[in-house]
Amino acid sequence: MAGTGKHHGGKHHGGKHHGGERNGTVAYVNARLIDPASGMDEPGALVTCDGTIADLGPRLFSDAPPPSVEVVDCRGLILAPGLVDMRTQLREPGEEHKETIGTASAAASAGGISTMICLPNTDPVIDDVAGVEFVARRAREVKATKVFCYAAATVGLAGRELTEMGLLAETGALAFTDGTRAIADSRVMQRALNYARTFGLLIVQHPEDPALAENGVMNSGEMALRLGLRGIPRVAEVMTIERDLRLVEATGGRYHAAHLSTREAVEAIRRAKARELPVTCDTAPPYFTLNETAIGDYRTFARLSPPLRTEEDRDAIVEGLADGTIDAIASDHAPHDQDSKRVPFAQAEDGIVGLETLLPLSLALVHKDRLGMADLIGKLTCGPAGILGLGEGRLRKGAPADLALIDPDKPWRIDPDAFLSKSKNAPWENMPVQGLAMRTVVEGRVLHDRMT
Amino acid sequence: MVAALKNPNVDFRHRNLLGIEGLSAEEISLLLDRSDHYAERNRIARTPGKTLSGRTVINLFFETSTRTRTSFQLAALRLGADVVNMAVEHSSIKKGETLLDTALTLNAMHPDVLVCRHPESGAVKLLSQKVECVVVNGGDGAHEHPTQALLDAVTIRRRKGRLQGLTVAICGDVMHSRVARSNIYLLHTMGARVRVIGPPTLVPGAMERFGVEVFHDMARGLKDADIVMMLRLQLERMQGSYVPSIREYFRFFGLDRQKLANAKPDALILHPGPMNRGVEIDSEVADDIGRSAIQEQVEMGVAVRMACLEVLTRNLPEPEDG
Repeated sequence: MAGTGKHHGGKHHGGKHHGGERNGTVAYVNARLIDPASGMDEPGALVTCDGTIADLGPRLFSDAPPPSVEVVDCRGLILAPGLVDMRTQLREPGEEHKETIGTASAAASAGGISTMICLPNTDPVIDDVAGVEFVARRAREVKATKVFCYAAATVGLAGRELTEMGLLAETGALAFTDGTRAIADSRVMQRALNYARTFGLLIVQHPEDPALAENGVMNSGEMALRLGLRGIPRVAEVMTIERDLRLVEATGGRYHAAHLSTREAVEAIRRAKARELPVTCDTAPPYFTLNETAIGDYRTFARLSPPLRTEEDRDAIVEGLADGTIDAIASDHAPHDQDSKRVPFAQAEDGIVGLETLLPLSLALVHKDRLGMADLIGKLTCGPAGILGLGEGRLRKGAPADLALIDPDKPWRIDPDAFLSKSKNAPWENMPVQGLAMRTVVEGRVLHDRMT
Repeated sequence: MVAALKNPNVDFRHRNLLGIEGLSAEEISLLLDRSDHYAERNRIARTPGKTLSGRTVINLFFETSTRTRTSFQLAALRLGADVVNMAVEHSSIKKGETLLDTALTLNAMHPDVLVCRHPESGAVKLLSQKVECVVVNGGDGAHEHPTQALLDAVTIRRRKGRLQGLTVAICGDVMHSRVARSNIYLLHTMGARVRVIGPPTLVPGAMERFGVEVFHDMARGLKDADIVMMLRLQLERMQGSYVPSIREYFRFFGLDRQKLANAKPDALILHPGPMNRGVEIDSEVADDIGRSAIQEQVEMGVAVRMACLEVLTRNLPEPEDG
């Protein structure tokens, strides 16, 4: 690599993570260009200049690149938009012992993610303008991946009063959600959908009936009975979604159901889309990779919210991704320290770290022929970006140079101890996977590089 | 198998007793046979044995219990062990820290056996991963209570001469009961037929996946049963609306003479104790010496715990004089 740029490897930590220097001009040659938004999937080259994509296409540099630019030989690997992760918990402010924007950013870029959208369930809760500004400022300070945030839909995530949605959106909040809590009260949900409509804003729901889920720690059924653990019935998810769909119909508000986990929920969204309601949804790798048996003998790393479900549900999630019912895949990154997980199962926190495994676990769907490559990358880029009204997640002349260079076949074994994330809670220990982000670029800055 | 006879250690292939699930019929039979042996000995001998002499047993109870703890304590004393009781105040310390911190602390004291009861399912298993001694589950959450199932089995076997082919009806709050789970596993393994009876809020249909027959009607469920095993109804279940009232529960699911008449004439009544008289069981039935084996269960409790301690410590290195 000829070089103007000084490139960072993957083994640094976020607090000291300053990002690569802005390159002058970099030419990515011999790439398989995949831009799901435009349907492009062909060999070609792409050139970035001062943080934006200057040009791209199959015939670019068909003779030879100009001699003065830095050239990256992609060796036939996939050059795609940097991944857009629409659901992460970054724990800053308030729980910096679990994760910070800096460490999360290092982990994200190692996983090919160039844009993260974080939940407002921090301490304090992001329910006012200062909270949104704090996240933006911290992300600038650590020269992180792009970080956007959701703002709380209700003050303090308490499910009662609406937040200042207009002002929050002006400050940069992309959409509104109560994070890992459902907006349970029907009247509050109706008003949230209705009021957000004023500004064309989206409400993101954690679809789970809280009364049915109360004190539950895993999926209801035989397995919960055997382990003597309190279950969360599958119906808790679809009930909330179906109620919300009625309210969407009544108000015309935009609605997104987060991390689907059950067959019935997929079917409900599928029917709503057939009726052209303004509805979208996502899921996360655990829900199409594992089922409840992963809990085995009280494995707290397999405790998450919503809980892992049955094999039939897992299959329905894959089907929902394949037929387009599910629009996006998010990491659902939920970092927790050891003290939150090395306790009896019922006392453990919910969640799995996901930034560094989002790409390889999702690529398994391609390797198993359930999704096409471009289709899958769409669920990780322009899919979520489009839902949130972001211009990211596309390869386009003049767009920001947010790129992921992906080796889709590279085999490796997941080792949570090697994660750059501050927390290591993941049930993937030693799991063989295929696919790795070889380089991650954010506005021309190389944040992660395995090419050298 | 010849080798197994020569070497008693291979009869029981588990380091700990965390549950009945996973034990073979041979292993269960071994424990039941040894229990019978100790039951007879306890009726005549008053001097402690020497089987566990030089061994330290710690009873670590995160949940209040008088009878189980006393039973374990007596069992260890009668085998000649030194016993320490630790009751951990659950409210005063942050829950999660207590368990693993306590485990590490106790491990450093090098006990031979740790008997643990904990209100959370899986907690005893978690503890066993952190210590080097033998761990006996004295009841974990709604998961398992293996020594209770063993003492129920000894009691049944002594009265009926067998477990194979008997029809056992387990009645009441099966969903929240570790006693029920351990009994289902044990009785299945030993060839008995198991029914569970109670309202669907306490006996969910998914229980069928355990290979049991599910009944929501006492008369039908008790029909021709050999054994009627009553479970304690935790009174806090009233608050969760699992059942509307004690009066209603007793009317439909409490064991009285009339409902018992559906079982075989010589059907035996068991209850793990402590009983809620007038809630799940009528005093008249509970105190009927001809039908109720409840006192005998308590007696067998000590014998079974002696058997477990003996069999589990067989695999430990011999204690040495210091």
